Amino acid sequence: MRDASPAKAYALHIAVVALLFVLNFVLPDYHQGLFARIMALAVFAMGYNLLFGYVGLLSLGHAMFFSAGLYGAGLTVYHLGWGVPEAFVAGVACGALLALVIGLLALRTSGVAFMIGTMMFAQVFYLLILYFAAWTGGDQGLVIQQASRVVTVGGDALDLTDPTVRYMSALALFAVVLLITLALVRSRFGRVLVAIRENEERTKMLGYDTGANKLAAVVASGAVCAASGAAYALLFGYVGSSFASVQYSILPLLWVLLGGAATTLGPLIGTLFMYYVTDITSGFTSAYLLIVGVALILLVLFFPKGVLGSIRQRWLGWLP
Amino acid sequence: MHFGPHLLLAALEGLVTSAVLALTALGLSLVFGVMRIVNVAHGEFFMLGAVLAWAISTAISGHPAIGFVAALVIAPLLVGLVAFLAEWLVLRRLNYNPESTIVATIGMLYIIQQLALTFYGPEARPVEPPFSYRILLPWFGYSGYKLSVVAASAILLVITWLVLTRTRIGLIMRATQYDRETAQAFGIPVERVYAGVFAVGAMLAAIAAVLIVPISQAHYLMGQDPLLLSFIVVIIGGLGSLRGTVVAAVLIGLSDGIVSMFFSPTLAKIIATLVVAMVLVFRPQGLFGTAPR
Repeated sequence: MRDASPAKAYALHIAVVALLFVLNFVLPDYHQGLFARIMALAVFAMGYNLLFGYVGLLSLGHAMFFSAGLYGAGLTVYHLGWGVPEAFVAGVACGALLALVIGLLALRTSGVAFMIGTMMFAQVFYLLILYFAAWTGGDQGLVIQQASRVVTVGGDALDLTDPTVRYMSALALFAVVLLITLALVRSRFGRVLVAIRENEERTKMLGYDTGANKLAAVVASGAVCAASGAAYALLFGYVGSSFASVQYSILPLLWVLLGGAATTLGPLIGTLFMYYVTDITSGFTSAYLLIVGVALILLVLFFPKGVLGSIRQRWLGWLP
Repeated sequence: MHFGPHLLLAALEGLVTSAVLALTALGLSLVFGVMRIVNVAHGEFFMLGAVLAWAISTAISGHPAIGFVAALVIAPLLVGLVAFLAEWLVLRRLNYNPESTIVATIGMLYIIQQLALTFYGPEARPVEPPFSYRILLPWFGYSGYKLSVVAASAILLVITWLVLTRTRIGLIMRATQYDRETAQAFGIPVERVYAGVFAVGAMLAAIAAVLIVPISQAHYLMGQDPLLLSFIVVIIGGLGSLRGTVVAAVLIGLSDGIVSMFFSPTLAKIIATLVVAMVLVFRPQGLFGTAPR
């Protein structure tokens, strides 16, 4: 994995961010909105990839971290009247805390038990949202008014409902998380995580505390997913229980598998592709779940490494 | 109604739930036990059984019992065929890797669900019970059909147990479960065993669905609850243990019937799911299972 071209990797990622920046001024209105959504959700996929791609832990419950951020930010704005930055921090903190608790419990298991266990915890979280419908709005959800989604920066009021502000905010979050991920996976911590994925027993024998490293990875993954959820609530002004359902635990798995697990840019590619496939086909048919199903089976049968994973294997070995 | 009869009614309802649940969970448990894979699409095979039962019983005119019996025979066979094809086309090619098969069966779940929505529609439709005899108890009358569901399920469970423990087919299945490679070395056609077990597991779910459909209606989303409950049963009972599965099904079915009659169903579900997650975390071999070799 260690290679002589860190500059090449950073240049590629900065070029991707720059391209997304330029797209804001080029894209038609509809696609500008879609891209903002995709970038916010790609952060969710990147958070999922941290755990699934690099540590090899397949969770079927990441919707709870996303919705912890979503509700952590949404409810503090809605009920407590908090400002946007405080609400965002509250969302991320909720996700990190939940990830800590779930990590302590679920990491006692591995493999299939870990998958089912995380799915059950997410189901409990989902049902709790429905049970406390008086505060969360249940399956109807809550709409966050435009007036409470304005940030004041140095005297200027930034309205998050404005398309360009929204796009740039999503891009900023995406860029920060992308570069953090890149730095993280190239760091000592990232290499230990990959070592755990490849052979946990051997890593333990080499003297690494695999339990603590895995827990740190769960918390990091949960915090990133919560950041995505918090941003989603604040940028698009809606929180609802459907974001906590099993489907939203499966989607990041699909996006990461499609783009390529354990690649830094794979989650973006997977999210972008799936979103546009869904968007285009929903013009002809309402059966978008059918496409998700067929995509999952074809991917796992023929492209278990995903788009970027296959490219890295064939041509670009330096791709992070 | 006084507390006693009320409790009796709740227990009877719970027993019907248990009977159907035991069959469904047995299918899941069999597939997990022998093939070591988790079939997330199991609930959809259940739903498919119910939807096909509706289609078959409405296609056949005459006395409702004729349509029902036809559904009870044909629907599980069709579901078994679908499962066989899924195993043959997808799972076998994945070499039964536990994590890939979960992703693939999630894909199947979405495909079957969406096809049911497209061809069957979003409505819930009833199937007429084969007979409508009411048993009169001193406090209330109770549907004789519901009690016959319990009996039918008990008979099927006994048959499955006999097949597993007393026949050559059962011996071959247990040998495959115990050690796949050694079984293959002794000339057991492991792939055919796997295909058969996957189909039989799906058929058990389909039979359970046909039995329940005269009581609750056929709907394209009806597979979700049985899937979750079957997971719960299989985990509590110990993955791959037949006796544990049946005991856990009765336990869960009864407590579900009784708890949801006296408390909010959502709260009951929250507590049940949390308890099961904790069992999985702290006692992964299940309450009745033994530690894995």
